[in-house]
Amino acid sequence: MWLKKERQQSQPAATNPPEGRRSEGGASRGVMAHSRFKHYVGLHRQEAKESLQRLLVAPLASLMTWLVIAVALTLPVGLLVFLQNAQQLSQEWDDAAQISVYLEQRLDEQQSRKIAQHVQDLEAVREVRYISPEQALQDFKNSSGFGDALQYLNENPLPAVLVVSPRIDSADLQSTQALLAQLRALPDIEQAQLDLQWVDRLFRIMALGQRMALILGVLLGVAVLLVIGNTVRLAIESRRAEIVVVKLVGATDAFVRRPFLYMGIWYGLGGGLLAWLMVNLVLVWLSGLVTKLAEAYNGEFDLLRIGLLATLLLWLASALLGLLGAWLAVGRHLHKIEPK
Amino acid sequence: MIDFEQVSKRYEDGYEALSELSFHVAQGEMAFLTGHSGAGKSTLLKLIMLMERSSRGKVTVSGRDLADIKRRKIPYYRRNIGLVFQDHQLLFDRNVFDNVALPLIISGAQPREIGRRVRAALDKVGLLSKEKLLPLALSGGEQQRIGIARAVVNKPALLLADEPTGNLDPELSAEIMTLFEQFNQVGVTVMIATHDLSLIARMKHRILMLQQGRLISDESS
Repeated sequence: MWLKKERQQSQPAATNPPEGRRSEGGASRGVMAHSRFKHYVGLHRQEAKESLQRLLVAPLASLMTWLVIAVALTLPVGLLVFLQNAQQLSQEWDDAAQISVYLEQRLDEQQSRKIAQHVQDLEAVREVRYISPEQALQDFKNSSGFGDALQYLNENPLPAVLVVSPRIDSADLQSTQALLAQLRALPDIEQAQLDLQWVDRLFRIMALGQRMALILGVLLGVAVLLVIGNTVRLAIESRRAEIVVVKLVGATDAFVRRPFLYMGIWYGLGGGLLAWLMVNLVLVWLSGLVTKLAEAYNGEFDLLRIGLLATLLLWLASALLGLLGAWLAVGRHLHKIEPK
Repeated sequence: MIDFEQVSKRYEDGYEALSELSFHVAQGEMAFLTGHSGAGKSTLLKLIMLMERSSRGKVTVSGRDLADIKRRKIPYYRRNIGLVFQDHQLLFDRNVFDNVALPLIISGAQPREIGRRVRAALDKVGLLSKEKLLPLALSGGEQQRIGIARAVVNKPALLLADEPTGNLDPELSAEIMTLFEQFNQVGVTVMIATHDLSLIARMKHRILMLQQGRLISDESS
């Protein structure tokens, strides 16, 4: 008897003039479910709009919150972009991750080429370049400036060299080390050298940087949660009387919660947009300097921007952070407000 | 419609607001609830609204034992009761229409239905022309009538009012009471808590008088 629907069902249809479009039958029930869904979506859109308008009514206060969130997000995002750039830069050194294999001098050309072929057949090897002792001497003459002095040598002191490029990703230095050991174990090899410990160090530093970005991200993510949670808590507090009234006219907890959750989403999303803007501004500001630096090293380097996917991820993550922060505040404070 | 059986309400601090109270209000009846402040009028209304639970005894509203209604179900229960407050409790950041529409929006009514019902409710309280105004632009009496329109917009079977004329002068008070009578005439059960004895004495309705949480007189005139 309480619910209108029940009232209608319990009474004979004749005494119950149709009010609205309620009738029996699966088809109309489907239509009703559909219209209820549409209504539900419309309600959410309305709530989302209203909570955004509520934020825009006090633009300065909202901007402050957005800026706090934006700064907190800019730090880890900026660090990640920096690391991505460093990674891109190190990819250009991929070719530098080569192993020089010095063959024993007693070997003749045929033997040396045989070894080269053997090395080439190793699984971890992408490419082997054979440098004969004569060619090595020629290169040395050309590049060292001692060309004339070398003419007085009776015989060529240089061994044949195999320049081995590993197949594996340069980020995986351990496999390069394994290949090095494998090469050293081969017979007729004087020495195999990987001169790139600094690459190893760079990768370690970058791994550390990534870990730091993660830690920073987690810490500042918590900060964003707390900022949004606190802001939403204040909003709840300032609308206490309204919440009581709404509960007394039959609002469910979900109904009371909804505008505050949307508020959290808007705070998060706004902060995310601003953070994106900040990171891009910093990148634009730095790009001129970076180009000049690259030119000084006779290189070309274009600063990586935040990609489309990363941008969308950033916005999604910030909106979710906002939602979560609001959820925490709402969960803790809303049920305490009951009509008394 | 409303059934109290040996109902007591003791607050946590030991104060007993209601003591073994029993009465019955039939469907379609109109009753006043009176007594000095502190006699238990508000507590009684709070028990019906499920803002409080009774310590002992049984409260039945519309055939439902309120003890059976779980916390999560309280909102749905409240949608069937219209409540009018002493200070009307309008939301000042939205206009008259939106204030009255609130219960309909909460219960998920269709937009077309909302417009129709809100205007019908405003028409009944005689303020149809003011739907676009903010509550602050209205007089005290008008604000209270908006509060009543909001209470009846859901077409509740039961209408409760807590000192609805508390802040109004006698003439306006009489108007408000007449409004309640009109709703009662179309079948709504009405229960009004008030201490305005001179006003209700002139109206021919049942009067329940409370004193220190007990029913001391029950006159049907």
